[in-house]
Amino acid sequence: MQFWKYIIQFFSSENYTLFVVSAGSGVLCLAAGVVGTFTYLRKRALIGDVISHSVLPGIAIAFMLTGVKNPVYFLLGAIVSGLISIWIVDYVQAKSKLKPDTILALTLSVFFGVGVVLLTKIQHSGNAAQSGLDSFLFGKAASMSLLDVKIFSIIAIVNVVCVLLFLRGFSLISFDENYAKGIGFNIRFIKAFLALLTVVTVAVGVQVVGVVLMAALLITPAAGARFLTNSIRRMLLYSASFGFVSGFLGVFISYSGPGMPTGPWIVIVLSAFALMAILFGKQRGLFARMRVRQNNYIKINNENILKDIYKIGNQGTQTITIKELTEKEKYPSLLLNSTLKRLEKMDYLDLVRGMVILSDKGRLAAREVIRKHRLWEIYLSKYFQLEADHLHDDAEGIEHVITPEIELHLIKLLERPEIDPHQSEIPY
Amino acid sequence: MNTIIEVHNLTVVYGRKPALWNVDFELPEKQVIGIMGPNGSGKSTLLKAIMGVVEPTGGFTKVYDTNLDAVRHRVSYVPQRQDIDWDFPASVWDIVSMGRFQKRGLFKKLTTADKDIISESLEKVNMLGFAKRQISQLSGGQQQRVFLARAIAQQGDLFLMDEPFAGVDIATEEMIISLIKEMKAAGKTLVIVHHDLHTAQSYFDHLVLLNTRLVACGPTKTVFTDQILTDTYGGKLTTIAKISQELENKEFPIRHK
Repeated sequence: MQFWKYIIQFFSSENYTLFVVSAGSGVLCLAAGVVGTFTYLRKRALIGDVISHSVLPGIAIAFMLTGVKNPVYFLLGAIVSGLISIWIVDYVQAKSKLKPDTILALTLSVFFGVGVVLLTKIQHSGNAAQSGLDSFLFGKAASMSLLDVKIFSIIAIVNVVCVLLFLRGFSLISFDENYAKGIGFNIRFIKAFLALLTVVTVAVGVQVVGVVLMAALLITPAAGARFLTNSIRRMLLYSASFGFVSGFLGVFISYSGPGMPTGPWIVIVLSAFALMAILFGKQRGLFARMRVRQNNYIKINNENILKDIYKIGNQGTQTITIKELTEKEKYPSLLLNSTLKRLEKMDYLDLVRGMVILSDKGRLAAREVIRKHRLWEIYLSKYFQLEADHLHDDAEGIEHVITPEIELHLIKLLERPEIDPHQSEIPY
Repeated sequence: MNTIIEVHNLTVVYGRKPALWNVDFELPEKQVIGIMGPNGSGKSTLLKAIMGVVEPTGGFTKVYDTNLDAVRHRVSYVPQRQDIDWDFPASVWDIVSMGRFQKRGLFKKLTTADKDIISESLEKVNMLGFAKRQISQLSGGQQQRVFLARAIAQQGDLFLMDEPFAGVDIATEEMIISLIKEMKAAGKTLVIVHHDLHTAQSYFDHLVLLNTRLVACGPTKTVFTDQILTDTYGGKLTTIAKISQELENKEFPIRHK
């Protein structure tokens, strides 16, 4: 098969270079995922974008000064101009009345504009060495040399180690900066160090995915990871894994066909991971929340039908038929039948030849719903200016929401009332 | 009575607008002290200035007659709960652990003794059962208890609390106030930013009444008078607000020595 041949070919020794580049790209994206977790948690997603666009002039100036394409010079240039951009954002924010989004947008476009102008100037300068500099716009991992990859990977790993060492400080300033200051942590240093790590990560990352897509590398893994966990350590782990796999696969895929770009593929794989996390996350995911809503819907139907059976059957003392139930309350038959079957399975009632026989458990459950309904009506009429005929509809909804704790609280608050505003008895 | 906090001619300016203006007072130790005043009167800023969270534009503050840095381990700070995004990936335990960071610094691991202190602090605010709960699932009252537990875990003698009663349920308010009484009995000093005038007399031994400038500072008995309350909350002092607005709009400097 073509595919397997391709896989084998990929891992064979002739492709050592490509393998190293893929792994290197994976490590870079891993570092971005780790550092980016704090960018995300500190709600600085746009700062990531500012930094990544702002490294461009630094790279261009580094080339203009040295005249050679040396990744170390590029890195230094990128770090310097990235740091300047952050400093400008902070300074302007402290000293002016401009809103943060305005400052970010302005800084980003000014730096990027200058960068593009300088790059264009270099391209027309006739210096033969300049070819390929424009790859900083969209990145070009596959063209990295082995040496580049090794240098970048080491920097990325050092970055990750630093973040892990400073986990306590970084978490604290992300959650509660004032408290961190209050207990005497040197938060100016912690913040500056985090900013430095972010800038270094970006400066390295732009060599792989380019200026335009770099922010995605910082933010997307963290945004996805947040849907999977409520622990910061796990979040870092997931974010790092998303980054690594995407970085690796991105290069891998772009190698599979001619003219396949690397950076965009990394971002596409990354976005796919994040999307999956957003959809399938165990607690916060979209499907998990749909399931919660579905369960509520089931609970509401169960309770409503139990209540009706109880009422029609004269406080649950008489057996009623399904026909009586449909005549009294207009349920769609499909919904009614499925709910009745479910209630039978839950031992709330028995269905015998079209008759509905409420069990003790069912009777108690029905009384509970009615009790909650009436307690809520009493509560509303006692504490709010509501007419008696406005109470019922409200209570129809809230009777399903009241938890046992809230019920106890209501009973205590209302001093265990005996009758509701419509003179009906409260079934305890 | 010994002085625990000295605020000397303190001025804090945000932009051009003074949040605190030549505020000068001393607070006695082993008391429950309320800081009160209308919205925007600089109550939170005062706590932040004492904690070194905001830099004073003029004047200084002293705690235990010295620079805060020397005695920071004795001071527990409870920031305003509403200032924080509680949708942060952390459990109740994680937050209360922060109370031990002061002692352990940035890098040292928490010891078993630290963990015992954390559990005890959670127990004190009735939240031990919630230790593993994700903080975004807590009610306002529970969040406030967690912050309190974090401050207790710090094991200081001086507690600075920013609006601990804001937006909490009655049960939490009662719990906090009995905890405060208990702490006072144990010789702690509590400085509490507070909003509700109705409860001021029963909660506090001593009051600081602020409206950007200091209106009054003294034992509740002598300070909690109609005249002083009108001065603090009433119309007369909006003059200060008007002047502040002028300073802000026309970019006048605020002078101080």
